[in-house]
Amino acid sequence: MRAVDAIMECLKAEGVDVVFGYPGGANLPTYDAFVDAGIRHVLVRHEAGGGHAAEGYAKASGRVGVVFATSGPGATNIVTPLTDAMMDSVPLVAFTGQVRTELLGTDGFQEADTFGITMPIVKHSFVIQHPTEIPRVVHEAFHIARTGRPGPVLIDIPQDLSRAEIDYQPVEDVHLPGYQPTLDGNSKQIRLAAKALANARRPVLYAGGGVISAQASEELTELARSGNFPVTCTLMGLGAFPAPDQQWLGMLGMHGTRAANYAMDEADLIVAIGARFDDRITGKLSEFAPRAKFIHIDIDPAEISKNVPAHIPIVGDAKRILARLVGEYRALEPDAARLTGWWERIEHWRSQHPLRYDDSADSEIKPQYLVEALYKATNDGDCILSSDVGQHQMWAAQYFHFKGPRRWINSGGLGTMGFGLPAAIGAAIACPDVPSVLLTGDGSFQMNIQELGTAKQFDVPVKCVIMDNGYLGMVRQWQELFWDRRYSNVEMGSYPDWVKLAEAYGAHGVLLQDKTTLVEDLRTALATPGPVVVDVKVTREENTYPMIAPGAAAREMVG
Amino acid sequence: MGEPGTKEVLSLEELEASVGLRTGRKHILSILVENKPGVLTRIAGLFARRGFNIDTLAVGPTDDPTLSRITLTLDGAMHPIDQVTKQLHKLVNVIKIRDLEPTETVARELALFKVSADGSTRAEVMQMVEIFRGKIIDVSKRSVIIEVTGSFDKIEAFERMVRPFGLIEMARTGEIAISRGRGET
Ligand SMILES: Cc1cc2nc3c(=O)[nH]c(=O)nc-3n(C[C@H](O)[C@H](O)[C@H](O)COP(=O)(O)OP(=O)(O)OC[C@H]3O[C@@H](n4cnc5c(N)ncnc54)[C@H](O)[C@@H]3O)c2cc1C
Ligand SMILES: Cc1ncc(C[n+]2csc(CCOP(=O)(O)OP(=O)(O)O)c2C)c(N)n1
Ligand SMILES: [Mg+2]
Repeated sequence: MRAVDAIMECLKAEGVDVVFGYPGGANLPTYDAFVDAGIRHVLVRHEAGGGHAAEGYAKASGRVGVVFATSGPGATNIVTPLTDAMMDSVPLVAFTGQVRTELLGTDGFQEADTFGITMPIVKHSFVIQHPTEIPRVVHEAFHIARTGRPGPVLIDIPQDLSRAEIDYQPVEDVHLPGYQPTLDGNSKQIRLAAKALANARRPVLYAGGGVISAQASEELTELARSGNFPVTCTLMGLGAFPAPDQQWLGMLGMHGTRAANYAMDEADLIVAIGARFDDRITGKLSEFAPRAKFIHIDIDPAEISKNVPAHIPIVGDAKRILARLVGEYRALEPDAARLTGWWERIEHWRSQHPLRYDDSADSEIKPQYLVEALYKATNDGDCILSSDVGQHQMWAAQYFHFKGPRRWINSGGLGTMGFGLPAAIGAAIACPDVPSVLLTGDGSFQMNIQELGTAKQFDVPVKCVIMDNGYLGMVRQWQELFWDRRYSNVEMGSYPDWVKLAEAYGAHGVLLQDKTTLVEDLRTALATPGPVVVDVKVTREENTYPMIAPGAAAREMVG
Repeated sequence: MGEPGTKEVLSLEELEASVGLRTGRKHILSILVENKPGVLTRIAGLFARRGFNIDTLAVGPTDDPTLSRITLTLDGAMHPIDQVTKQLHKLVNVIKIRDLEPTETVARELALFKVSADGSTRAEVMQMVEIFRGKIIDVSKRSVIIEVTGSFDKIEAFERMVRPFGLIEMARTGEIAISRGRGET
């Protein structure tokens, strides 16, 4: 059969039911194969939309997202989603077309060095040199994308090779001598960690996106319950521990809660689980958690002690390690009363410094109020919430509670505006039984607005709520706080008319600006079938607080 | 420190972090890689991206035609070596990395020196070559080309010695290395 038909067979063998993509000259053979393949192909409106939709699909389902693009501009258009997936450890396989082998290196029509351009932003990449290697490469790509620390893998296929006839034999196993992720943590280290926990008086569990990748929320919760430990999560870890909860401190970091950041600051033992000590967490590194010893559980050995030296490193899969850690900890029968003083301290911070904002006295909608209203309108968060990047993202992280994993989809490491809409589409396709809601900004939404066409054409009922402040709000905030309020190019004007735009795409559009009926109005909008765009006018100049200024220490939180 | 597995109390004070070590010495990494497209670019790119400096780099075939060996040296005063090796290990085409112990390693480099040598200095230059057990491999009226093999230090020493005669140019391969004893590097 043709190599492209073999690709379809491999996709089916990998259990792929839907892919996202966009055709062009160099991948015409692949698109011909889609005609009879029996694989659902979602035609996005821009390859970046395809890449982010595949990410949303992967984040919501835990399966590998798949995106197809043609050579040259098609391939360069997926550079942002690939980088995004690399930063947030999202399992993706990207197939790019390439010019015919005889044209390689000649600046042929739509030739770009995709392999070279993407090398630093993928977990691994393949450039096909012989058509017979295609089936094996496809399976290797899926294996690499989904195992270990997940990430994007790219396969670049010259057009002529994709058309070649090959003798297709199903591939049963992959053999990658240089790639063997460690899964089981070292037993001695796990026992040592249990002992350290049993002797800690001010412990904190600091969980990140790795807990979600590992499907280890239950084990994390179990560990927290076994020792009555306080838990905080990174932006990427939200939902790994059910919120709200007595043991839940809220998110930590730059826009985290005071309780979480102060607890890190005073902790004597911090257990980092699938979290990578990003600078949005540590702030000023030299003053980060100065009293703490660190247990660091991560599947990627290079993360351990990269930014913060670990005292008890444990390399492996969080799910397996946590399950054993709980057992070891329980066996020590530690005295739970030792944490009484610590909990009193935490309670003090929680009651003194809850998340708060000055609500409006009239019908004006404060952005934080919008998030709370959306939470209510979704029956206390019964949805997958995607977001874009900016203030609205931070307020969502603060005021929306995530009861379980894979219910919060956003771009953290790269902070990619325009991620939201396609990701919400991908999530809706991955989990058709759960409402897919997008909370976006008026700036971010315009960066991949064209995907409304995809949502309409493929009948994806994504509900887009725009927190419309008429500003690139997060940048405006920084200009206000750190650049003497000299606003430079952050005012967006009141374009477009969102309701009309929604209607132009065949979606339902509605404008909301009255706080008093907001929850009900949102409910109505969310219940409207098909894609919906809700333009909610909010207070224009509101700042996201609390905040640790960049490079400052947790103790110096403001607002 | 409280043994893991016993109920003996462990004091958190006793826990020590051992990482990010800057050893302060030169390191020779011997890296076995698959002969796949772009493997050298991946390694070079990784070093550039993460701000690691390569001092020398040598690439060549091994006894297995599907594998190549990259020997690179870097300064352990500038970089946390464990972070360098861990990042390298993440490359799928990297099979094995050895951070070679200087005392258990034989390392050699080949260097070619073009040195001016006319009638008056030629004898002196040749004497130097003899002492360093080098070879003169080309002679012209006013210069000679010398081949020297040896450790990094020996090459450096030879360079210092011939420079006063007029070092016209020099080419060095960078060290390649192999571990002592029966075991594979
Ligand atoms: C505007 C803006 C503001 C932000 N503010 C904040 C903030 O206030 N607070 C905040 O927390 N973040 C914030 N971020 C996000 C921040 O930039 C980082 O993306 C985030 O902190 C990283 O989360 P993480 O540490 O959970 O790591 P992730 O990027 O989610 O990485 C996951 C880690 O888990 C490991 N892992 C993967 N799989 C497994 C497994 N099976 N077992 C064990 N380990 C595994 C990986 O190796 C990796 O180390 C902000 C982002 C933006 C755009
Ligand atoms: C592609 C991209 N360009 C620029 C930025 C920098 N940036 C971060 S937040 C932000 C403003 C986002 O505005 P909006 O979507 O309206 O959200 P708001 O902050 O107003 O809630 C910008 C420009 C970015 N993160 N991504
Ligand atoms: Mg805005």
